[in-house]
Amino acid sequence: MNTATECLLRMVEEHHELEDYQSGVPRWCTGCGDNAILTAVQKLCRDENLRPEKTVFVSGIGCSSRFPHYMRTYGFHGIHGRALPIAEGVKMARPDLHVFVNTGDGDCCSIGAAHWIHAVRYNMNLTMLLHDNQIYGLTKMQASPTSPLGTKSNTTPRGSYLNALNPLTVTLGVENVSFVAQVVDWIPEVLYQVVKAAYHHKGLSFIRIIQRCPEWLPTMHEPWLHDPSRILMLHHEQGLQLSAGLAKTYPNQLAHDPLNIHRAREIASGTDPIPVGILYNNPEVPCYEETRHAGSLRTNDYVKAGLNAELDKFTVWPQVVTRPGA
Amino acid sequence: MNATTVLKSVKKVTVPEICTPRKKPVVTLKEHIVEIISDSGEGAQRCGQSLGSIAAKMGNGIWTVEIIPAEIRPPARSVAGASGNRIRIGAGYITNGGDETDLVIAFNEQVLLGRVRDRELKPGCIILLESMWRANSDPKISAAYEETYDKLVAAGYKVREVPMEVECLKVVKDARRGKNMFVLGMLCSIYSLELDLGREQIALTFAKKDKSIVDINVKLLDAGFQWAETNLDFKFRIPGTRSTVPQIVVNGNTALALGVLASGMEICSMYPITPATSASHYLSEVFEKVGGLVHQAEDEIAACAFAIGASYAGKCAVTITSGPGYSLKQEGLGLAVMAEIPLVVVNVQRGGPSTGQPTKAEQGDLFAAMFGSHGDAPKVVMAASTIEDCFYSIITARKIAETFNMVVVVLTDAGLATSQQPFPRPQFSESWLAPPIDQSPIPAGAKAYDWNKTTGLARRFVPGQANGMHTVTGLAHDRQSHVAYDPDINEEGLRARSLKLAALQKTLKAPPVFGKDSGDLLIIGWGSTKGAIEETVETLNAEGLKVSSMHLRFLQPLPPGIKDAMGRFKQVMTIESNWSDNPQDEIIDENNRRYSALAMLLRARYLVDVDCWTEVRGQPIKPGTMCRVIREKLQPVKIKAAKS
Repeated sequence: MNTATECLLRMVEEHHELEDYQSGVPRWCTGCGDNAILTAVQKLCRDENLRPEKTVFVSGIGCSSRFPHYMRTYGFHGIHGRALPIAEGVKMARPDLHVFVNTGDGDCCSIGAAHWIHAVRYNMNLTMLLHDNQIYGLTKMQASPTSPLGTKSNTTPRGSYLNALNPLTVTLGVENVSFVAQVVDWIPEVLYQVVKAAYHHKGLSFIRIIQRCPEWLPTMHEPWLHDPSRILMLHHEQGLQLSAGLAKTYPNQLAHDPLNIHRAREIASGTDPIPVGILYNNPEVPCYEETRHAGSLRTNDYVKAGLNAELDKFTVWPQVVTRPGA
Repeated sequence: MNATTVLKSVKKVTVPEICTPRKKPVVTLKEHIVEIISDSGEGAQRCGQSLGSIAAKMGNGIWTVEIIPAEIRPPARSVAGASGNRIRIGAGYITNGGDETDLVIAFNEQVLLGRVRDRELKPGCIILLESMWRANSDPKISAAYEETYDKLVAAGYKVREVPMEVECLKVVKDARRGKNMFVLGMLCSIYSLELDLGREQIALTFAKKDKSIVDINVKLLDAGFQWAETNLDFKFRIPGTRSTVPQIVVNGNTALALGVLASGMEICSMYPITPATSASHYLSEVFEKVGGLVHQAEDEIAACAFAIGASYAGKCAVTITSGPGYSLKQEGLGLAVMAEIPLVVVNVQRGGPSTGQPTKAEQGDLFAAMFGSHGDAPKVVMAASTIEDCFYSIITARKIAETFNMVVVVLTDAGLATSQQPFPRPQFSESWLAPPIDQSPIPAGAKAYDWNKTTGLARRFVPGQANGMHTVTGLAHDRQSHVAYDPDINEEGLRARSLKLAALQKTLKAPPVFGKDSGDLLIIGWGSTKGAIEETVETLNAEGLKVSSMHLRFLQPLPPGIKDAMGRFKQVMTIESNWSDNPQDEIIDENNRRYSALAMLLRARYLVDVDCWTEVRGQPIKPGTMCRVIREKLQPVKIKAAKS
């Protein structure tokens, strides 16, 4: 048994390296954007010195949802579309855990869309990473809700029929939204900064990560990769800080106050140039688990007293309530 | 104002001389079934519940059943709109709703017609009918009333007209609110119940309301009592025996919510669905007082996933639903089975398929519960057979779920959910509760699924436990929870998850045989039919028929001893409230007859020729009906001869 002092010392001394968060060799395609996200997240865990046993990654189904397997933390690789409600259950039962959600454009915006809307409403303290490669990868190239109009896929051989769903405007349209950001997998510095800000945000932090799929849509993002001016860098003292390097590479910049939701919605509607940075960040929105007093103290005596008080109400004989004149 | 102060302020009524009841013989009965029916919103349900509580306090056995119309506000005076309560009051312990009604109080003649149509009233039963409609200004209404009245009298019912409205107006301005307490007073007189208990019941019912409300309702109660004493020429007494141990009266859904409280579970996630929701209503009211919470999820799938997440994180959770919701949860349940996450799922069965009959009772989900998920997904399936059992089943379910890391499905039904019955007040035991979440470090090198070779059991690692980090998955996985498509590993996992059911089965006891240990016919049942089946066995035994019964609490795995018991009887038959083909139908024969769920299960497992008889009328099966069916089965010739 450790004494309290020993425990404290251990916590202070506890220090983790990148390897402490790595597990297995990712089976993603070479050049897949998921690799960049994994690196950013592992770096975050190391820099924040997250205790691996107190950290849980919850995912649904799809390429992105393999993510937890490559983290040496606790993980829950769930079922298609349901990562969010599972993560909400984890957080409600255990507010002491750091809970991350990995989900894809099919997982979140199609089969799990109802949960996405409601997760924003609940605003539980979760970090949600939407790995958006605009295509179904694992099932081998079908159009997803975020595929741009005309995307040729196995289910839309003559091009997709509908305009792409915009995950940013949807999220920003839901009451209780508290954190919305957008990044692209090919700017690791911004990816890391935003993931870090999301982790520190108290509430549901929603990051849409536009990522490349080298297997099914290998050239889709080429125009943006080759022309940095087609990225709109959002920056603010309360948002993303642009390093000298970033500022030089990405000339198209916009100062945006992340507390201004109307402006955030306007910016979110633009798709070219791609807005990158923190669109909205409001730390004042109440978290559902706090409203519901998750993790409150509970003892056996407490349960016993509560149960007996209820049973009193239904007891008919002998009566608990004194009879008149008795 | 609390109930005690209210009660103290209630004056005892001294009976004025002019109202001195005339002498009438008091007939002692063994039992009686009473119905109070009205349009919805007129308070017949509250009146019935109060009558049940008063009778229970008198020491009577009771079983109350809610009569609920399918619509929230059906049109007034409609045949299908009956809302109310049906109370079986007995001298001894009552285990089911019994047969047809002996006495009915109706607030209008139309709702009464619905009950006649449903064959719920005993031929020649007593009908106490609100008479105000006879003088209604709308000639259609008065004519409808007169026509129905005449027909009921002609059909042999003992119809007594009661001027409820007129009498109530002497006490209150709006008789629509309050007629129910007048009726309660009448019933106290008719069944020789202590009027003081009625007053006390009113004080309890309106404890949160103003004292003037209590006073006016007590006046109505007294008025109803006096009216019946003076104007009715009959009076009954059903002697009760007050129990020596404390008794509580609740319905099945409240019992199950209390079970959740007592089980030590802290999280219930649900989505509204009839008839399960009232359990969550009550739980929402009380759960937070003991540190728990009810999460109303965005849909049934999320409710299931949320519960799985909470359980995974160390707090075994429960999700409560009915048939359609259960169907939606199936994929999630498969995940919990594969990842070996403990979970309690309650399915308060209603009529199906599809939206079916939401407010009606049926036992149609047994196979969905057992085999619903895709692939081989072994789950424990239990069925509560009494209201008391609804309470204890949840405690047992939570324990099994956490001991075996399995999904445990508890089946109840709309019949149990809305019926009330007294049972001994549960005495809290700490052993009911879940232990604190294990946060001790995992020994280095330990595996997340270190399946025991014999039992399939493995210690589960919970987030927060150092060295236990792993990713659970719905994919086939090896002992370290690594995804694996290796055929040997796949079979190893399937074997381990299946063995857990066998391991549980080894701990189960043989269900007792009710009645003699051998004979001509063994009836096997499950779930809410227990009381009616056992009453049937008693009745038929008294007639000399060699019938016994066995009731199953565990459906998956099946307990030991069933085959032995079946072997001691010449015939075996299940009685269930789910569909089975009628062998008399023209194109039905042994090659295509669809048996009821339990019969099919027993035939498959034990290779015994188990017959079945089922009824799916949305109501609990009456013991009288069961008796008739069994008599016909055992004495077909005799009955035919008697008929001709």
